[in-house]
Amino acid sequence: MWAYVLRRILATFPVLAVVAFVVFSILHIAPGDPAAIIAGDQATPQQIEAIRASLGLDRPFHEQFLIYVGNVLQGDFGTSIFSGVPVTRLFWQRVEPTIALTITTTIVTLLLAIPLGVLAAWKAGSWIDRAVMSFAVLGFSFPVFVVGYMLIFVFSIQLGWLPIQGYRPLADGFWPFLRHLILPSLALGLSFMALIARITRASVLEVLSQDHIRTVRAKGVPTRGLLFDHALPNAAVPILTIVGVGVAILLGGVVVTESVFAIPGLGRLVVDAILHRDYPVIQGVLLIFSAVYVLVNLVVDLLYVVFDPRIRY
Amino acid sequence: MAAPDTLSRTAPPSPGGLLRAILNTWRFARRHPTVVIGGGLLALIGLATLLAPWLSLHDPLEINPLARLRPPSADHWLGTDAVGRDLWSRTIHGGQVSLVIGIVVALLTTAVGLVLGLLSGYVRWLDAILMRFMDGLMSIPAILLAIALMAVAKASIVTVIVAITIVELPRVVRLVRSVVLSIREQPYVEAAIVVGSKTPRILVRHILPNTIAPLTVQATYICAAAILIESLLSFLGAGTPPEVPSWGNIMAQGRIYFQLAPWIILIPGVFLATTVLAINLVGDGLRDMLDPRFARRL
Repeated sequence: MWAYVLRRILATFPVLAVVAFVVFSILHIAPGDPAAIIAGDQATPQQIEAIRASLGLDRPFHEQFLIYVGNVLQGDFGTSIFSGVPVTRLFWQRVEPTIALTITTTIVTLLLAIPLGVLAAWKAGSWIDRAVMSFAVLGFSFPVFVVGYMLIFVFSIQLGWLPIQGYRPLADGFWPFLRHLILPSLALGLSFMALIARITRASVLEVLSQDHIRTVRAKGVPTRGLLFDHALPNAAVPILTIVGVGVAILLGGVVVTESVFAIPGLGRLVVDAILHRDYPVIQGVLLIFSAVYVLVNLVVDLLYVVFDPRIRY
Repeated sequence: MAAPDTLSRTAPPSPGGLLRAILNTWRFARRHPTVVIGGGLLALIGLATLLAPWLSLHDPLEINPLARLRPPSADHWLGTDAVGRDLWSRTIHGGQVSLVIGIVVALLTTAVGLVLGLLSGYVRWLDAILMRFMDGLMSIPAILLAIALMAVAKASIVTVIVAITIVELPRVVRLVRSVVLSIREQPYVEAAIVVGSKTPRILVRHILPNTIAPLTVQATYICAAAILIESLLSFLGAGTPPEVPSWGNIMAQGRIYFQLAPWIILIPGVFLATTVLAINLVGDGLRDMLDPRFARRL
């Protein structure tokens, strides 16, 4: 088992290296002079030269890349062109709302989607099953921002139950903090929920057809125990895999959700950076989000060993 | 999700030609309801966007300061935006942008992905490099990668198409590669090699036909994803140029008026969601039709 764990951990390094290479190359594969692209249409030649020098764009490509990787490994993601502040500091200023949003969304998603999926599998073929599956198809087709505005329209403007936009840090008290996160979490979580409900149903359905489940039923275990203590743990590996893959949807959706609900997190940081063509900021957040995604999937792969002791590799 | 297959077996003796055609259509609809519903919705939306120049009462770009932020009425069926432009004509014209981008990205991704996937499945040394590269691309959340690509490109429909194609490409390459790897071990392919068929012939005659079914399904999903990503990019200000009436742009321009005129965002939003839903339904239906084993699992 330890050999598997070690091999899996080592395998993330090449992936991270490729990610860094892709993220770094984007600026260079675009047609035209990178310094001029960053400087924008109204820049003077002097400004373009200044940017070229500050980003080291006058050196050969491989040298630039190695310097960038070296800096990133030391925690230096460069400096924002627009504000002149180091990207790392911008990151720490904006990270709290994003972490809060992703955590509440994940909790809401798992709490709703897994029971729904189990229910659909248990009642397979019934109207409940069909309703859950229709919800899954719908949820997957509704874009985050459309759902977000629909929720705001109904719950904030029409009913007046929840705030329209904004964010309150946890320091302002738990209830104001939570109130501002309810709608964003639902909007962001919808497609994630759809995905997980669907895969939970499929894998629980498969487990339910196996012999040991019949034995458990014959022993007289009540249905709830049968579903949640016996069927669900055996269906955990595919569900976990999809949770890991779905984190990409979550991280991408954060950017949009934060714009809709005016949450000052990392997503807003990226969107503001696009408008200013602040490439070091985009590059830094892109790299950090991708690293989070790769690491989450590493944890998921390692959890396989916990959930399914048969996996030994 | 497919309906039980009973009608086809208890079919009555077939009467005349027209009646038989109707019966066959009905049977198809009973057996594949998702394809029919999705296809129907899609046909409606496609027709509305194709006929946009004749269906709209106003020019989608015509500004009318006297009719700002009007709610839906007889003259402006879906209301107007902040500068008095007619939302009905903007929305159906916006559909053209979305559908064109969706279809072009789906075709482009499939074509490039097919070539790269076949190469990757057959050329060992290339496989290692290409797949590591695809793994890296897939590790970057799609929307963020598209944003970064758009940040260095000039905003235009072409750059949006290229950016989304790059984002969606790894899925197709992996799919084609996995088909190649499983088919090349099949006895009939080995037999073809023994008989002396050259690699290009094997690829075209034996491998390629096996990729068509899964690729068709994948292409519909990519079409839906491309429409979604385009609208997200435009909504965030990194997509098609703001003067193009795409759904994402219309919604972006309605953001600050949302409390005053929620229809500016909700109407294109509903069109967008319906289109994506319709394409996904067609994709689900095609998947069940082309691979009956899969239908029972998901």
